[in-house]
Amino acid sequence: MKIRYFDHVATNPLREEILEAMLPYLKEEFGNPLSPYELGTRARTAIEEAREKVASLIGAKPSAVIFTSSGAEANNFALRGIALARQNKGKHIIVSRVEHHSVLNSARFLEKSGFTVTFLPVDKHGMVEPDTLKKAITKETTLVSIIHASPEVGTIQPIKELSAIAKENDIIFHTDAVASAGNIPVDVNELGVDLLSLAAHQFYGPKGAAALYVRPGLRIVPLIYGGIQENGRRAGTENVPAIVGMGKAAQMAKAELPEKMKHVKKLRDKLIEGITKVENVYLTGHPTERLPGHASFCVEFIEGEAMLLMLAAKGIYAASGSACSSKALKASPVLLSMGIPASLAQGSIVFTLGSENSEEDIDYLLSEFPQIISRLREISPYAGGWGNTEEKGQCIPKK
Amino acid sequence: MYSKEVMDHFMNPRNVGEIPDADGVGEEGNPTCGDVMKISIKVKDGKIIDAKFKTFGCGAAIAVSSMVTEMVKGKTIEEALSISKETVAEALGGLPAQKMHCSNLGADALRRAIEDYKSKQGIQTPKAAKTKKKKAKTVKKTRKGT
Repeated sequence: MKIRYFDHVATNPLREEILEAMLPYLKEEFGNPLSPYELGTRARTAIEEAREKVASLIGAKPSAVIFTSSGAEANNFALRGIALARQNKGKHIIVSRVEHHSVLNSARFLEKSGFTVTFLPVDKHGMVEPDTLKKAITKETTLVSIIHASPEVGTIQPIKELSAIAKENDIIFHTDAVASAGNIPVDVNELGVDLLSLAAHQFYGPKGAAALYVRPGLRIVPLIYGGIQENGRRAGTENVPAIVGMGKAAQMAKAELPEKMKHVKKLRDKLIEGITKVENVYLTGHPTERLPGHASFCVEFIEGEAMLLMLAAKGIYAASGSACSSKALKASPVLLSMGIPASLAQGSIVFTLGSENSEEDIDYLLSEFPQIISRLREISPYAGGWGNTEEKGQCIPKK
Repeated sequence: MYSKEVMDHFMNPRNVGEIPDADGVGEEGNPTCGDVMKISIKVKDGKIIDAKFKTFGCGAAIAVSSMVTEMVKGKTIEEALSISKETVAEALGGLPAQKMHCSNLGADALRRAIEDYKSKQGIQTPKAAKTKKKKAKTVKKTRKGT
């Protein structure tokens, strides 16, 4: 059966050209970049070339790019690194409620360590209103972290406006651009950010390579101590093949960006138009300010994991933010923070498109998905409406 | 992630629907948590002759409901009461640990359907009486709160 992959926000396939660029560093070019002989210096050069390409993708100076192992590490590094570096100035940080777990849980860690954290509410589209940020700032605030684009609902935040507010108040601004970098234009100066996280596997690069941009001159406390790699800011022998792959991926993403955006946006618009024709299906996230390849919905009266399984049986791979599809058995906090009722959030389904998707893929999806919805609704006791579900008590999974 | 049996009962669920003149109906779960199962049974001469379900939930929840309704058909009330989350999970070739609560919901929804049948028949069992008492308590609490 042909596989139609609509889960590019989970990860992307590794491009052939990128794999080719990586292969020598998994074979004969195995040197440690710190070694003084040629095998080592060639590895060192490869990393620095990759750094230039990654920096170029986000409009930064190469020296401002620190390689990490994942987007989650970059986010942990940004939050802890800045909160600790500036704790003499104040111990208050601000994040939004629609952050990735790596930001939310880093913020919770800081909270347990004596910092105060404000979790900013969002509007029904998952957007942070600049005024909400203004009101949350105190004299103690040292860091604001707001996600650039939501992997769950696709909404793109007004980062330029939000970072300007932080700047006016002498507050450091970080954005998690893992879902956006390589998918829409991301320029650190245009966005006005001090720190920015990105990950290679979100733009056809390998897993295990990511980066944190840190504005030159900004002090950050390391997350990983050890040797002098990454100028002493991130210790550990570099993952040379993955970093080389990230460089190649960044170079290709930059070159192909306008064409890719045009391609996926066309497919996305067709997908949204087709799926919202089905009764009681709603688009989640912002209708226009959203990632060009991102289409997310809530389907009433049925559950997300069941949809995923039925889609997978037809060769269609997608994602869901329902409680049952998460290992923690909790509905997506992003959907709940947007004011979506918990029962409706169970019907979450997310399709994220990539360069290799075709119009035929969308036609196939649109021919199969409505049948899956009706089939599951036939099984559901709520096909006629939710009724009064409020009085049924708490969600305590029984052992 | 799921066994062959789970996938089979999920993709081809047996006994979907509601029995219009059911002798007992039981519902368990809450849509805000992700799973609700509604089971209806038809009883004749102390034996369950038909069972149907409607379920809002994940693949495991649907497969469990399908399996429970299959298992219960032809059983006496007492035999049906011995169906537990373990026997359902076993019949399905096992369930992932985080999905065992679905199996529990299935057994509970069935138990509620049987209780409903018994109370309609005016039969009181110690177990049913206990649950009823619990229910009454909850209602009392809610009233106090309002």
